Amino acid sequence: MVLLLLKRIGFMIFTMIIVSMILFMLLETGLTGDPATRVLGNFASDEQKELWRDQHGYNQMVVVRYAKWLGNFATGDLGTSIRYKGPVKEVLLPRLWNTAILGFWTFAIMIPLSLTLGVLSGMKEGSLLDRGISVFGILTTSVPEFASAVFFSALFVFGLKWLPGTSSMASGFEFKQLILPAMVLVVYDFGYVARMTRASMAEVMTSQYIRSAVLKGLPYRQVIIRHALRNALIAPFTVIMLQINWLLSGVIVVEFFFAYKGFGALLLEASLNNDIALLEACAMVAVVVAVSSQTLADIGYTFLNPRIRFS
Amino acid sequence: MTTKSITEMPSVGYGATLWRIIKSFGLLRESWVGMIGAFLVLFWVFIAVFAPLIAQFDPNAAIQPFAKPGTVGASGGTFWLGTDHMGRDILSRIVWGSRTVLFYAPIATVSAYTVGILMGLMAGYRGGLVDDILSRISDIILSFPVLVLYIIVIATIGASGFNIVIAITFASSPGIMRIVRGLVLDLRNRDYVAAAQTRGESDWRIMLFEILPNARGPLIVDACLRLGYVIITIGVLGFLGLGLPPPDPDWGGMVNETRQMAMVFPHMTMFPCIAISSLILGFNLLADGLREISLRD
Repeated sequence: MVLLLLKRIGFMIFTMIIVSMILFMLLETGLTGDPATRVLGNFASDEQKELWRDQHGYNQMVVVRYAKWLGNFATGDLGTSIRYKGPVKEVLLPRLWNTAILGFWTFAIMIPLSLTLGVLSGMKEGSLLDRGISVFGILTTSVPEFASAVFFSALFVFGLKWLPGTSSMASGFEFKQLILPAMVLVVYDFGYVARMTRASMAEVMTSQYIRSAVLKGLPYRQVIIRHALRNALIAPFTVIMLQINWLLSGVIVVEFFFAYKGFGALLLEASLNNDIALLEACAMVAVVVAVSSQTLADIGYTFLNPRIRFS
Repeated sequence: MTTKSITEMPSVGYGATLWRIIKSFGLLRESWVGMIGAFLVLFWVFIAVFAPLIAQFDPNAAIQPFAKPGTVGASGGTFWLGTDHMGRDILSRIVWGSRTVLFYAPIATVSAYTVGILMGLMAGYRGGLVDDILSRISDIILSFPVLVLYIIVIATIGASGFNIVIAITFASSPGIMRIVRGLVLDLRNRDYVAAAQTRGESDWRIMLFEILPNARGPLIVDACLRLGYVIITIGVLGFLGLGLPPPDPDWGGMVNETRQMAMVFPHMTMFPCIAISSLILGFNLLADGLREISLRD
């Protein structure tokens, strides 16, 4: 168990270091075009570029630069944003907080919804309810986030006029503005979790111990709640944790669409404006969140599943 | 078991193979979900193939701005789905846009599959150090949030059709590799593989002609699902302004260009969204139908 934990955490750190190398290579070296041109634009003269390179230490050796860059990152110095003319950290932190709020509400709605639907359809595999839920799940996962955002805005913003169409929170935090972005994310993501829950539930329902519980004459409700659910909900735990990775992609689209001042919109903005320091910081944050949630999922799964825990 | 499979061997020849493929599509009749999916996909393929005949207008020609759906054009023709802010006919743009998406999505998928299958075969069949290295690489790429990966790759190498194919190959081949590797691990201990090894066939011949054909079932289902994802990706990249450069029609890009006007002119954003959703739905339903059928036997 301890060995496994150490192995997981070791791999997590290894992944982050490799990813940082890839990022550095893509964005800071001449591999994909000159960084000076990217920052100063195509019309900068050679002298300007040379001066910029000199000022920002681009004339040093790649290895030295990478070591410095990584050192700065590890000590919390994320560099300066060109677009926001200030330290990246000050731009990034409030944005991350906003996305955390959005993510929290998305999960708070998605988890109960998808687990309920998954368990309901897995209880009786092949039933009409099961087929209905699964086709509904396919339908919702087939609509890309930007398309469902368009449909929902047409309905709730322009048609019924219930909800605001942008979520920029210009006049302070308003819960109403959070509903549409969260709804779009839930609708796109819940189908997959429901499907995984269904598979896990269906597998448990065919197992011998459930059969004996039913044959013993226990009430069906009790068989489901006390016997089946415990084992059926282990696998969805992992799926939900891995869903954080998908959510990080989803928030980019949704925040861009609804002009929500979150982390995803910031990442996109940084890439469209060639704000390298900001883009690096955002990408690293995204990877750190994704990798640590995956590690947590692995560890949690091992912990929840006695068959692995004790072997 | 071996004797039975020999007697069941169909006559060798392309005609027989082709017939088997056609017959396997006939199996779809057993799943109405799969039928609907196949219909949606074929519908869009038809539109894409006959785009020049179906579209009434040049997709990039500015004719009459802000026309509502059903407006009769001043110089003849009807704008069935209206026109956009630049006066381009939306129906024609959607029709031509189906070409764009049905051109790049299969290419990107095939390219990702080629890389993924080769990596998966090597990792699964050779095992050992090769497997370790390939698996670690794919773990690392898969740990990226997908869209973040796409944005970084596109931001650094630039937005173009070819680069989108590269980005998709880079991001999705590790996932394919994992599936192939799992299938190979299961298949490599079969008798027919041992027989081929005894005959002295080369590793690559065994991987490509003995193992791969027997792993095709799950891969076909996965390919259908992945085509849907690739179409979503192309749409999302277009929507974020990282897709194909304008003015050529691209469904995601159409939504991005006109979404600020969605309140007054909902038709500009609505129809491209319906188009892309229906095509993705087609592939997803088809995959579900195929999976259902493959589980049945």
